[in-house]
Amino acid sequence: MADDLPKGGSFLIEETDPASIFTPEDFTEEQRMFAKTAEDFIHNEVIPKIEQTEAKEEGVMVELLKKSGELGLLMIDVPEKYGGLELDKATSMLVTEVISKGGAFAVTYAVHIGIGTLPVSYFGTPVQKEKYLTKLATGELIGSYALTEAGSGSDALAAKTRADLSDDGKYYILNGEKTFLSNGGFADLIIVFAKVGGEEFSAFIVERGYDGLTLGAEEKKLGIRGSSTVQIFLDNVKVPVENLLGEKGKGHKIAFNILNVGRFKLGVGSVGSAKIAIDDSIKYANERQQFGKPIASFGMIKNKIANMATYTYVTESMSYRTAGLMDGILSPIDRDADDASELTMKGIEEYVTECSIMKVKGTEMIGYVADESVQIFGGYGYVEDYPAERYFRDARIGRIYEGTNEINRMLIPGMLLKRAMKGEIPLMAAAKKLQDELLEFPMMEETEEEGLLIEEKKLVQNVKKVSLLTAGVAVQKFMDKLQDQQGVLGNLADIIIEAYGMESALLRTLKIAASKGEDGADVVFKMTRLYIYDTIGKIDQWAREVLAACSDGDELRTMLAALRRLTRNIPVDTLGLRLEIADYFIEKEKYEI
Amino acid sequence: MKNVPDTETKIKLTSDRSGIETQGIKYVMNPFDEYAVEAALQLKEKFKDDTTVTVMSLGPDRVVETLRTALAMGADEAVHVWDPAFEGSDMLSGAKILAKVAEKMEFDLILGGKQGIDYDSMQTCAAVAEHLGIPQVQIVIALEISDDKTSIVARRRIEGGDEVVNIKLPAVVTCEKGLNEPRYASLPGIMKAKKKEIKKIGLSDLEGLSAADVGASGSATKIVGYEPLAERAPCRMLEGEPGQQVSDLVRALREDAKVI
Ligand SMILES: Cc1cc2nc3c(=O)[nH]c(=O)nc-3n(C[C@H](O)[C@H](O)[C@H](O)COP(=O)(O)OP(=O)(O)OC[C@H]3O[C@@H](n4cnc5c(N)ncnc54)[C@H](O)[C@@H]3O)c2cc1C
Repeated sequence: MADDLPKGGSFLIEETDPASIFTPEDFTEEQRMFAKTAEDFIHNEVIPKIEQTEAKEEGVMVELLKKSGELGLLMIDVPEKYGGLELDKATSMLVTEVISKGGAFAVTYAVHIGIGTLPVSYFGTPVQKEKYLTKLATGELIGSYALTEAGSGSDALAAKTRADLSDDGKYYILNGEKTFLSNGGFADLIIVFAKVGGEEFSAFIVERGYDGLTLGAEEKKLGIRGSSTVQIFLDNVKVPVENLLGEKGKGHKIAFNILNVGRFKLGVGSVGSAKIAIDDSIKYANERQQFGKPIASFGMIKNKIANMATYTYVTESMSYRTAGLMDGILSPIDRDADDASELTMKGIEEYVTECSIMKVKGTEMIGYVADESVQIFGGYGYVEDYPAERYFRDARIGRIYEGTNEINRMLIPGMLLKRAMKGEIPLMAAAKKLQDELLEFPMMEETEEEGLLIEEKKLVQNVKKVSLLTAGVAVQKFMDKLQDQQGVLGNLADIIIEAYGMESALLRTLKIAASKGEDGADVVFKMTRLYIYDTIGKIDQWAREVLAACSDGDELRTMLAALRRLTRNIPVDTLGLRLEIADYFIEKEKYEI
Repeated sequence: MKNVPDTETKIKLTSDRSGIETQGIKYVMNPFDEYAVEAALQLKEKFKDDTTVTVMSLGPDRVVETLRTALAMGADEAVHVWDPAFEGSDMLSGAKILAKVAEKMEFDLILGGKQGIDYDSMQTCAAVAEHLGIPQVQIVIALEISDDKTSIVARRRIEGGDEVVNIKLPAVVTCEKGLNEPRYASLPGIMKAKKKEIKKIGLSDLEGLSAADVGASGSATKIVGYEPLAERAPCRMLEGEPGQQVSDLVRALREDAKVI
């Protein structure tokens, strides 16, 4: 890893130069053209067929996926050597964002290019890649991924499906059941996780046509109804030994690394889903008249529009900042080298914390946005003639799959602390230093700085300190038993997520201001202020809970005094900011910065 | 071909009403030009020989993105025609310039959109044909080219039916919705387009054309001002049983709108 690249999780202890982060404003003409093709495809092909796909009309979804393959949309992440385009992660995220306006199609698409294709791409042998990857890249083959079982969801490694080597040593014989297989109804290839000899967790490439493999009925789901979700049954399925994927007994490496990629894609996908919900909501709010005025003129509606846009802006800023980090670490890798896959995995692993942050933040942001979208449509938001109810239903799955948000919340502080213990980032030293500094009385006042968003910058720095303070206190109190303190972990995760969110928005806004001037950055300025002042109170509350769980008496009082110094602020007029932010988007009739 | 504000753009006038606010407008390929590009690409596919599709656009630097899109769709070459002297050209002086550029090239067929969806004048392609002294067919919904590339049969929509025209090449044809389904620029196509060169042509490259012939001075028309559309009255929803809605509607048409 190059020295100047930020380490994963280091945003908590380091200052970041706004110019160094990647933002959507940095897209090239070519990247915008890729997005335009995806956008045209969604608007002209996918959205007009939503009624058919939601009713699971035979063949329609598959045809759309194949058509997207003809346009090259399925080959973005695939190496050139195997017929792909081998584009950067920022491009791949931008396209995923746009595709995510297409409801259940987006799930079908993301499953295929993600968990359906990446295992072969990252872990396959040259022969496996030649045979399968080249066809996954064009859409000739459709992929899927079978990890979950009825008895093992979050606890995926407890899978019961087993694989036994045949007597002649030519096959693994697979037996078991898998649930919730996305794309399962029409997939040609299934990555199946099973334990060799009931012990060694491993992955296999299973062709749909193998004897003994049968599908269950389609699940009847709350949302993403156009996507296929089935159970599969494996009854003495003979899988050639050549189809073992990666090393025997190393299946967990495949399972978790692939999920990491899925997580940041799900985060940025939420941004696309949010944008279409916002656009539709604002259009409706401008047209719908009550009391002789468009409902968009009412303060409480504006309030929602401002929040929806602001949360989207924050998540978008986080997403592309993360994309930039990924590209920083992945682009120097020589894709033709033997260890390319290993280095890629390691690169992605570096930013596991950021991936989990994106997953939780994105899926909860779209939960809020879709919910308010229903509210703006009123009664019409509740009926199927308008899209809002579908956005609302479709959004809900995000918090459940690719690791539930509970599991990801545990991973966020968990992974950071693990990295800190291994000495990969000096988190503990920073926490110790901070404690000493805070407990010194009186605290040294920093010299007055001048410049844009100075107060907000200070608050963001302080929130990062709050995360160190609370994590430090929790580690001291619970030591290696911290894993069992889920309440504390959940709050720590929330503080860390918001620290990344606030800072990413702030950095992007400063970068925009540097290139477009203060006038050009007016609305992003306001959204950044709104978000930071809105969130600081929550941070304070989460931190108080953690401190109270970890200390009492005089110690608690001292800690609370330290916290107060960090979160103290003089409120700005956030209600007024919301009106101004809303007016900007209402005038545009869409989310556009 | 030209680029025009995205169909979703909300057009705003400048405060003095002398033009439109261009800041923040997203430009896209004129939709009718997409049919023209597609028609050209289909001809190229049909003949599979040395047929070359060249796209050309007159306009400031922002048209380059549209040219690039056409290259990504599969066009072979692109020509960007621009010079500060061209600023302010109307349809007729624009056509003069385009005809001069075309004269410098070898061609069998010039395809264009039936109109630009911004100014809707439908004049440019017709005027180009006049300047070049070649035949033209407008608003075409079906197009056949003879195997020896010497003539075309074009079907055009007219009031109450279709008209079928057979003309000799070279000629100018303008394309209407329905002629074909324009393809998308595929991702591999976009990557290939990046490597294709876009040739620039300015006033000095066009023999026999002086600054006085083009721009505002060479134009036959002058825009004196813009007026915004009148505000649309809000929609009124009729409620109740269908029977009730019908009688409310009839009353509204008779008494409020006074149209029946
Ligand atoms: C539409 C859909 C598509 C899917 N697609 C696929 C796919 O293609 N391939 C695939 O393999 N799987 C897929 N899944 C499965 C999905 O990943 C699992 O449902 C998910 O991981 C949760 O597992 P579970 O349903 O068994 O819930 P459980 O693990 O039983 O969880 C139930 C609840 O308990 C919580 N919980 C569990 N463990 C803990 C803990 N240690 N601490 C705190 N809380 C905990 C969870 O967060 C959750 O709130 C899909 C699911 C759905 C609904």
